[in-house]
Amino acid sequence: MWVAGVSACWGTRAHPRPSQGRVWLWDRPGTWAASLVAPPGWSRSFLLTPPHPCRPAVLRPPGDRRRIRRPGLRQGSRPAGEEGGRAGLRGAFPPRHQVGPWRHLRERRLHPQETDAPGGPAGGMIRDAPHYGWGVAQAPHSWATLADAVQNHVKSLNWGHRVQLQDRKVKYFNVKASFVDTHTVCGVSKGGEETLLSAEHIVIATGGRPRYPTHIEGALEYGITSDDLFWLKESPGKTLVVGASYVALECAGLLTGLGLDTTVMIRSVPLRAFDQQMASLVTEHMAGHGTRILRGCAPEKVEKLPGQQLRVTWVDLTSDRKDAGTFDTVLWAIGRVPETASLNLEKAGVHTNPVTGKILVDAQETTSVPHIYAIGDVAEGRPELTPTAIMAGRLLAQRLSGWTSDLMDYSSVPTTVFTPLEYGCVGLSEEAAVARHGEEHVEVYHAFYKPLEFTVPQRDASQCYIKMVCLREPPQLVLGLHFLGPNAGEVIQGFALGIKCGASYQQLMRTVGIHPTCAEEVAKLRISKRSGLDPTVTGC
Amino acid sequence: MAQPPPPPPPPSRAQTFSTPGRGSSPSRRLGNVRGAAGPPSPPGRRARPPAPGAGRLSGAAREELRRRLLGLIEGHRVVIFSKTYCPHSTRVKELFSSLGVDCNILELDQVDEGAGVQEALSEITSQRTVPSVFVNRVHVGGCDHTFQAHQSGLLQQLLQQDPAYDYDLIVIGGGSGGLSCAQEAAVLGRKVMVLDFVVPSPRGTAWGLGGTCVNVGCIPKKLMHQAALLGQALTDSRKFGWEYSQQVRHSWATMTEAIQSHIGSLSWGHRLALREKAVTYVNSYGEFVEHHKVKATNEKGQEALYTAAKFVIATGERPRYLGIPGDREYCITSDDLFSLPYCPGATLVVGASYVALECAGFLAGLGLEVTVMVRSVLLRGFDQEMAEKVGASMQQLGVRFLCKFVPVEVQQLERGLPGRLKVVAKSTEGTETIEGIYNTVLLAIGRDSCTKKLGLEKIGVNVSEKTGKIPVNDEEQTSVPYVYAVGDVLEGKPQLTPVAVQAGKLLARRLFGGRSEKVYHTLFWPLEWTVAGRDNNTCYAKIICNKLDNVRHVVGSGHALILKCRFYRVPSPGCHHGCGHALLQEWLHLRNCCLCSSIGSSSSCVQFILRWRQHSPVFRTHF
Repeated sequence: MWVAGVSACWGTRAHPRPSQGRVWLWDRPGTWAASLVAPPGWSRSFLLTPPHPCRPAVLRPPGDRRRIRRPGLRQGSRPAGEEGGRAGLRGAFPPRHQVGPWRHLRERRLHPQETDAPGGPAGGMIRDAPHYGWGVAQAPHSWATLADAVQNHVKSLNWGHRVQLQDRKVKYFNVKASFVDTHTVCGVSKGGEETLLSAEHIVIATGGRPRYPTHIEGALEYGITSDDLFWLKESPGKTLVVGASYVALECAGLLTGLGLDTTVMIRSVPLRAFDQQMASLVTEHMAGHGTRILRGCAPEKVEKLPGQQLRVTWVDLTSDRKDAGTFDTVLWAIGRVPETASLNLEKAGVHTNPVTGKILVDAQETTSVPHIYAIGDVAEGRPELTPTAIMAGRLLAQRLSGWTSDLMDYSSVPTTVFTPLEYGCVGLSEEAAVARHGEEHVEVYHAFYKPLEFTVPQRDASQCYIKMVCLREPPQLVLGLHFLGPNAGEVIQGFALGIKCGASYQQLMRTVGIHPTCAEEVAKLRISKRSGLDPTVTGC
Repeated sequence: MAQPPPPPPPPSRAQTFSTPGRGSSPSRRLGNVRGAAGPPSPPGRRARPPAPGAGRLSGAAREELRRRLLGLIEGHRVVIFSKTYCPHSTRVKELFSSLGVDCNILELDQVDEGAGVQEALSEITSQRTVPSVFVNRVHVGGCDHTFQAHQSGLLQQLLQQDPAYDYDLIVIGGGSGGLSCAQEAAVLGRKVMVLDFVVPSPRGTAWGLGGTCVNVGCIPKKLMHQAALLGQALTDSRKFGWEYSQQVRHSWATMTEAIQSHIGSLSWGHRLALREKAVTYVNSYGEFVEHHKVKATNEKGQEALYTAAKFVIATGERPRYLGIPGDREYCITSDDLFSLPYCPGATLVVGASYVALECAGFLAGLGLEVTVMVRSVLLRGFDQEMAEKVGASMQQLGVRFLCKFVPVEVQQLERGLPGRLKVVAKSTEGTETIEGIYNTVLLAIGRDSCTKKLGLEKIGVNVSEKTGKIPVNDEEQTSVPYVYAVGDVLEGKPQLTPVAVQAGKLLARRLFGGRSEKVYHTLFWPLEWTVAGRDNNTCYAKIICNKLDNVRHVVGSGHALILKCRFYRVPSPGCHHGCGHALLQEWLHLRNCCLCSSIGSSSSCVQFILRWRQHSPVFRTHF
């Protein structure tokens, strides 16, 4: 459940997990780990009801229709953002009620992924170290040490969030909630007690959960998802990752980096919706660094073998040939489903997309019911990214409190895929730019470059690639920037500001680089695809 | 080969610097007039002198004017400064015209800055009157002197003198700025030479082509930094589950060998790039001996003389020494560190610049005992709060800081690799002195520009006395018009590789027909006006060209191409006045035939035409 300082936020931790006790989500709104303190199998939710500065939010115990004034009320008129800003929290509306489980989101990305990804990169670093003069032999990896360290950090973050909620006088309910009517929700605690809560505004931010391929025999019983991966007590061993999403590739990349035998099974194309040239370079690099990639294959069956191992049968979609393999772990990363099923949305009259199950929203994040809002992964058509959800929540809170009328701008949202060779991007992919503006109006500048730190250990840099998609018409507005190489997230974040400000190719060419870095190669892009010249960067 | 082909003889009107037409010209400023006449100069980049004809120019403006005059004199075979009403001037002009010699005339009463020019001229030549005649950069004198010279044959001799030089451009210094400038100039079709010679450091370290960045700067520094980061990552990796039991040690030799082999490949790449672009590379020390001439001395002391039309000084900087007993003998600098054949051991880093802190940081990261001796503050010029945080983080890493101390003596206690050195330092605030024993002392107290032994005084290039750096104008031009400078050697410019690279490239483009706007203009008499006998002096047209696009050839119906481009991307066929003029002629000719049919092909075309209409009244009748 994710809350960013809205008048009433609520969420649910959905159904008990079928196979694993651990409730744990990916890097998304709705992922925060209230589950850490819950017994396995328990569904959980919490509800936060900071009151609106003008109209008190009310909490009605079952049967009691009397309005109860909430403590946060008196502070409601304080400037939004002031206190939230001081505390470093994102939501800024009624400051005292500022809520911040947002940080939990980091536990997915920053920890099991980024902190963990060094598990991968650290492996690479150990391989590099002898070239830089460090006398060290390749070392084995201990899963338990890593998992302990990651989980300890996550727990400390969880605690921090609880404290922050308390500090800001946000009432936190550990209940599973569903709508009763347009202003009332019913929360059921783990003991079965019901609480009726009503509020002027209600924000739905329940996020999504990984999808299980329920049509595949054995998928639910024997497979795990990213929710479970980082809570495994033991190393997953030989792993089959099914899916082509960034979750799938990130997991496969870091498992390979930890020295595990990892296979990725992709039905059609990797990283759909990302630039496809970049996507194929990403998979090329992974394949070149030990991840087995099965293209055009779909799993059919998972069986348990006597020795705890899993036997997976799949079909090659092009030749229709069946094949099978034995794995220790099968990880499903085939997409995510929004957590809207148990919310009784129909009672409130909130419309969802019948296909995706996501809640339909407008630019103000308003659902079909004017005082009910939806933000984050649960809303239709939003990028499934933590920082966008945080910003959307913060802006929503500010609008509700009347401090601003700014809308969330969902264009040019930067993001990074933390595969072993990181892929960061902002703006349009080449395909999208061509589709939108026509090929004759799009100019693509690109370069294959070699990061300086790759030279000494003689690492292969044949996938280190940058491309900038621009309009052809001067001053050549930059439509998209794609970067494949070390620290892609760090590189793209800075350029994202420029692109958001409407930077042109000409302006970027007038930007002086920082030498010697990988990011400076962006400011040195001179070769256009149209010219047909060799885009390999030479010299220093 | 070395010289650009002389411009085709333009119509006589375009030959004079002053624009005819009784004040009807759009601008009477010298800058614009120059732009029309040939020498490259992006318009609008100079400050306008305070008051026209005031004769009292500020120091900077006067200096600028002088430089421009020298540029005019340098760039043309015959230059006459005259006044329209002066009978002596008229006689001189008639003389040259009877000799059939094209000359460039600046009518001082027709330009705004006439008085200033006259003043500057008198400073250059100590002749106050007009006419003032220059032939092949030699000041012949006034009217009488010119006629005397004509009679004695001296004038013909001067006119026949071949000003051809060995090269179009000689770049002194093969670092980032120099190489980028040389390569760009070569790409633009010029004959270019690079003189690069690394004077060995007091400890005998020398290196190849590529300058500071590649050999003893950014590249090896970042790689050593990476080595230090890896050390940290190795420590961290245990926490991330990587298990290894042995004590990890670092080998300096392995690291430097790997780094030096990478540098070697970069240096080789630079040589290859120069060869590919047909730039002559000479591993010799360049030194000016007279105007347009340098002496190049190689390792063995063999000398050679080369001449060039233009020079670029890109000699950069070398680390400074303290000037205390024992510094040159026993201390090393960043020039020596990256190729040091042995591990430096316990190191004292003297200085608080970013070079000092970076070196201290990676040495500590490699597990060495490092002390930094700081005279006043860390990272002067950077935000001081951040600088202090950097210092604090380094302290945490185990770097020891000795603040407010300066070394006064370095003594060798023991020879060896590394040996043992005793450093005596005294406080900057009191009389306290301290002593310390180190294996290595690394000086990083700043850098001095390499301008002392270039013979700059022989040709009159100004060098700042205080910093030893070369002051330049916005176009990287020194006080001598044909000598330019780029990179760290410049006064008051950022000392960063990418800046030097960019500046070098842009300089070459400006010098040899690269990006910069250029205005071609003409007064013309429309055909349909001739019959009607209307005033032939009112129609005026100009084309503003971006010279970068001059690689495109204007073929066939030139105007259609023009119209297809946006206004500011109008291609110019070349950097010569004549060509631009010819383009204009063609344009004006064709406009009668088929201009209307070209309209409407794109929106930018309309924009172009609208702009044209603003400038040229004649078109109004056609659109």
